[in-house]
Amino acid sequence: MARIVGIDLGTTNSLVAYMKDGQPCVVPDRNGRTMVPSVVALTDNGLIVGDSAKEHLTRNPERTVYSVKRFMGKGLADVQDELVYFPYHITETGGVIRIRLGQKSYSPPQVSAMILKELKLRAEASLGESITKAVITVPAYFNDSQRQATKDAGLIAGLEVLRIINEPTAASLAYGLQQKTQGTIAVYDFGGGTFDISILKLKDGIFEVLATSGDTHLGGDDLDRVLVDLFIGDIRDRYGIDVDRYPDHMQTVRLEAERAKIRLSDELKTEITIELPEDKGRFTRELTRDQLEFLVAGIIERTLAPCRIALKDAGLTPKGIDEVVLVGGSTRMPLVRQQVEALFGKQPHCHLNPDEVVALGAAVQADILSGGTTDMLLLDVTPLSLGIETMGGVMSSLIRRNTTIPASAKEMFTTYVDGQTGVDIHILQGERELVKDNRSLAQFRLKVPPLPAGVPRIEVTFLIDANGILNVTATDMRTAKSQSIEVKPSYGLSDTEVERMIEDSFKFAAEDVTARKLIEARLDAEALIKTTDKSLVDAGHLITEEDADGIRTSLSQLSIAKNGTDPRVIRAHMAELEQTAKHLNVLMLDHSLKKSLHGKKVSEVS
Amino acid sequence: MGYTPCPLLLMDNQQSPPHPDTRRQLQMARSMCWHCQSEVTGEYFCDRCVKVQPVSKETDYFTCLGFPRRLMLDPQKLEAKFYELSRTFHPDFYQTKSADEQTISLSNAAVLNTAYRTLRDSIQRAEYLLALETGSVKDIRTSPPADLFEEILDLQDTLEEYRASERDSEQGHRLRATLQTEQEALERRKEGMEAQLRQLFADWDKLQDAGEATSLARVERDRILKQMRDLLSNRTYVNNIVNDLAATIA
Ligand SMILES: Nc1ncnc2c1ncn2[C@@H]1O[C@H](COP(=O)(O)OP(=O)(O)O)[C@@H](O)[C@H]1O
Ligand SMILES: [Mg+2]
Repeated sequence: MARIVGIDLGTTNSLVAYMKDGQPCVVPDRNGRTMVPSVVALTDNGLIVGDSAKEHLTRNPERTVYSVKRFMGKGLADVQDELVYFPYHITETGGVIRIRLGQKSYSPPQVSAMILKELKLRAEASLGESITKAVITVPAYFNDSQRQATKDAGLIAGLEVLRIINEPTAASLAYGLQQKTQGTIAVYDFGGGTFDISILKLKDGIFEVLATSGDTHLGGDDLDRVLVDLFIGDIRDRYGIDVDRYPDHMQTVRLEAERAKIRLSDELKTEITIELPEDKGRFTRELTRDQLEFLVAGIIERTLAPCRIALKDAGLTPKGIDEVVLVGGSTRMPLVRQQVEALFGKQPHCHLNPDEVVALGAAVQADILSGGTTDMLLLDVTPLSLGIETMGGVMSSLIRRNTTIPASAKEMFTTYVDGQTGVDIHILQGERELVKDNRSLAQFRLKVPPLPAGVPRIEVTFLIDANGILNVTATDMRTAKSQSIEVKPSYGLSDTEVERMIEDSFKFAAEDVTARKLIEARLDAEALIKTTDKSLVDAGHLITEEDADGIRTSLSQLSIAKNGTDPRVIRAHMAELEQTAKHLNVLMLDHSLKKSLHGKKVSEVS
Repeated sequence: MGYTPCPLLLMDNQQSPPHPDTRRQLQMARSMCWHCQSEVTGEYFCDRCVKVQPVSKETDYFTCLGFPRRLMLDPQKLEAKFYELSRTFHPDFYQTKSADEQTISLSNAAVLNTAYRTLRDSIQRAEYLLALETGSVKDIRTSPPADLFEEILDLQDTLEEYRASERDSEQGHRLRATLQTEQEALERRKEGMEAQLRQLFADWDKLQDAGEATSLARVERDRILKQMRDLLSNRTYVNNIVNDLAATIA
């Protein structure tokens, strides 16, 4: 099996790792740096990614995208409050955020794909082979749309995403490999844009997640903003300048704020210097660790509530946790460590490199999938409850949060009006009572045969797979026939849009065999579905009902497979359909031959 | 035109009655390998082609986890079995296999997870066994059990009063204290019910172990199931009230 790499696609930094002689290792660049800043810039020479793009943050703020992960799987309304902090142009089309770079607009998955491609190239250069498969990590508290967006990003980058895994659980794999301990651990992951807490039980190579919680909008970025606001206020008071009107200077202020915050993790006092716009000279001030801690204490405290919820959901008290593992750059802050220590009543484990541990764990998971590592197994959970809208705008829960995945629930639907031909189903994710307070995932219409009210019995299966991504199928219980469902995501790219983006990405980058194969397989599958549908209409009367049913089943299976990401799976289902429809096609051929012979002279035929 | 969905309450998420045709197919699937059509005698894999076999939809959660229909299960053993079967079915180990095998592994793992979740918790386990044995939906109590009727009505009034009162007033504090005492009393009541349930669980297991088919045994079986049903639904009722109370005065 081709090599699978593990990728940590972070808000601030991204890394790629692989398994070498039973040990995971991160791929460095030529200069030995392992982290690729998650920054994309449009320059006169085209799009650039990583360290070189980071330099454009202040030089070219409107054309330099950072922290794009905050926008994955979101609509504009979700991020309205923080738009002021971003100097690049953000809009929305079709429920998906778009980022303007020069003449073109890009969805967050497209921007993330650029970062992924950079990592892919880096791994290819280091390993001397082509890389087409990856495990990508996401914050544990990511919802379905955010996971799907990450998968789309992989696809656009020409990577087959074999698994989406949660960042804290990935970290636990790397930790477990190193420590060989048993017991209950809490992984506290505080990075640049997100916060996660996961509680796991480690026993005999099984990593069982007991509970997870978090906040996908809480990270080091938020700490920086407190300092940014402080500096802006100072500058306004002292110089009468509104820095937020100058995007390049805003970027400088943000970077200086972050640097000061980082310095204060090691020092008690630091000096800040910022060049002012309009040649107004320099702004300088001093900041102490105490002052910083006073300002950000409230934000850091916001990480504690999810910790308590996770403990409660796991049925544990802090005493029941054997070890607390710290992950993410923001856990280097002394105040964070103090808070964690106070909550759990023990000193956290900090012997792992918090920057690399997630990528290393992703590489371990990749090795499990390729059959290399066989003694470890991760049993993860779904972070949010899944449900559907019922009468009165209330959410009825089908799969509770912290249920081990894969998880499935079946629900029977019927009609309440005679002759009703459809039931609209609205899928939601969240913990609240009312539909409007939860996240809308998707909507679809269940087709129902027109019968008296209450007679139809359509069973819908909601399956959350090992990626934490939802799959929906329906079966008519009266005929035992399955029905293909066109689920329309509420936030996210449609399949056709992803396909177009994949095609677009080919225009820019070198060819990528897997993704192209997938597009081709999908196109071929569509063509086959079309011709078979037509044959059924034209010649369906020539075959038995049983054969026709068989063909319909294969057809719907292919339509489902077509939405998957593995071209081989699509090809296999195509072969199956061709097999079941063989007889029909022969008849069809005869039929159309006869039809075309009709009215022609014998001499014209022979 | 849109319709609001109208879900039907079923006995269990996983246990919807299969269509007669599907039932036949599924049973066939269990005794015959879906891949090489040879007879399957092994537990989860075909002896001949070594392909993973789908867990039949007919299989109940006890059978799925390889436990008899008992109510006092050793949690350690249950967990060990769950881990063992997870290693057998988890999709992580089927990434290099065919698409069909991947699909089977995914649905088997989902069934296994539901089975473990249900049996791990003694209350859910009993509710599930009750549904299996009596074939009926868990009944959800909407009015208080007789011996609690007066108490619950009073409690309801106090709750209303508390909700309407100023939290920081003297009255608020007094009502809060009353509710707290009431909550503790109900929690003790719940614990009492759980103790009674544990006794019934033991009775059930003893009866099953004896395995007698006498009419006396049948009467005893019905008694246990009936008492268990009543206790379970009363306990759920009280539990909901306790949770409500806790949330209100938190
Ligand atoms: N020494 C430090 N002290 C405080 N914060 C730090 C330190 N080092 C890095 N950070 C912060 O950590 C965040 C990045 O962490 P990282 O784990 O790489 O994030 P992500 O996984 O979201 O990409 C940034 O907000 C950065 O400012
Ligand atoms: Mg991270």
